[in-house]
Amino acid sequence: MLAALRTVIRRDLLLALRNKSDAANTLLFFVIVASLFPLGVGPEPALLRGIAPGVVWVAALLASMLALARLFAADYADGTLEQLALAPQPLAALVAAKILAHWLVSGLPLVLIAPLLGLQFDLSGTALLTLMVSLLIGTPVLSLLGAIGAALTLGLRASGVLVPLIVLPLTVPVLVFGAGAVEAAAAGLGAEAQLSLLAAFLLVSAALSPWAAAAAIRIALE
Amino acid sequence: MLEARELEATRGGATLFSGLAFTLRPGALLRVSGANGSGKTSLLRVLCGLAQPSAGQVRWNGESIGALGEEYRRQLAYVGHANALKDELTVAENLEAICALAGLDTTPASVRAAIGQFGLGGRELLPVKLLSQGQRRRAALARLALSEAAPLWILDEPFAALDADAVDRVQSAAGAHLARGGMIVLTTHQEARIEARSATDINLDR
Repeated sequence: MLAALRTVIRRDLLLALRNKSDAANTLLFFVIVASLFPLGVGPEPALLRGIAPGVVWVAALLASMLALARLFAADYADGTLEQLALAPQPLAALVAAKILAHWLVSGLPLVLIAPLLGLQFDLSGTALLTLMVSLLIGTPVLSLLGAIGAALTLGLRASGVLVPLIVLPLTVPVLVFGAGAVEAAAAGLGAEAQLSLLAAFLLVSAALSPWAAAAAIRIALE
Repeated sequence: MLEARELEATRGGATLFSGLAFTLRPGALLRVSGANGSGKTSLLRVLCGLAQPSAGQVRWNGESIGALGEEYRRQLAYVGHANALKDELTVAENLEAICALAGLDTTPASVRAAIGQFGLGGRELLPVKLLSQGQRRRAALARLALSEAAPLWILDEPFAALDADAVDRVQSAAGAHLARGGMIVLTTHQEARIEARSATDINLDR
């Protein structure tokens, strides 16, 4: 079983490495969207500091939606998903491995580049650190929830638009507490409460969403 | 032993086949023929467990494949319409990944031998996107050379896009599998010359 999970992760990472533009597009989208706000609302430091947590988090949310369409679609088209469903391992475990690989390629880079974007908004050191931590806990939740949407829309023509429509409403709590954590840290308050809630979201979605996505994939394959 | 009992499949409200029954014993070959759209692929997907029959049951050694789940899938090597190959990966990388997923042990040497057996020797390190349609099919079928441990092979149009040489190679691999007691279900439009102790034909047109 572990060997199969390793195979799934290694193959998806190798594919991302051979197709670097996909991961780069997500990252560039994140940077550009977050950079448009200072240009649009003007260089007032207090205003920028105020909107920074929400803007960076919304940009991360949109960027991760952009990457979701790729999660299962290629595997569905080329028959790989059939082979995953026929493998002698629980499909949910293989799906979880795919989600992990997807997050490593499309979520983790957002976490790593976020402090640079935070600097544009004149965030303090603790706020930057909290931003990174909140994204580190929050972006896997986005990948996990997104996997359900991506699996549900397999084989549909308008899946590129449908996935965000299905997934974005589900991500509202993540956005509220993710941005809330950064706001609390910027205001000099503790962010532990928000981060704990984010961690709880992560645990629940990690336990449930691979099963839901696997069930949706089996339906799509039938 | 693979058994089908009173299988029925429908698509879009139309019945593709019904009352289909057969028993496949070790060393036996089942050829499924029929016109386009007659339900050959649907039957194969039902036999794999990818799709549910609208009536009837598929049994493996007396137990329903739904109840066996992973245990049944471990006995199975399925090569579908789609090749399940990744364009950006090399032939060898693709093959290693497919076999590892199916729980089959491979070594670099066994993978190279399998690729050679299907006439792609020397192309192990070529990305699949540089292969022709027929070569891709060969690469997808090369996993059969590594699937000795899986007794039941289910092959959907294995000869599509293949030249005469490749058809011979697939037929001899299939013959060897039957000779060691394996079972094969395949769909085809052409005459397959596979040496089998017992062969059954099902025509879905009737």
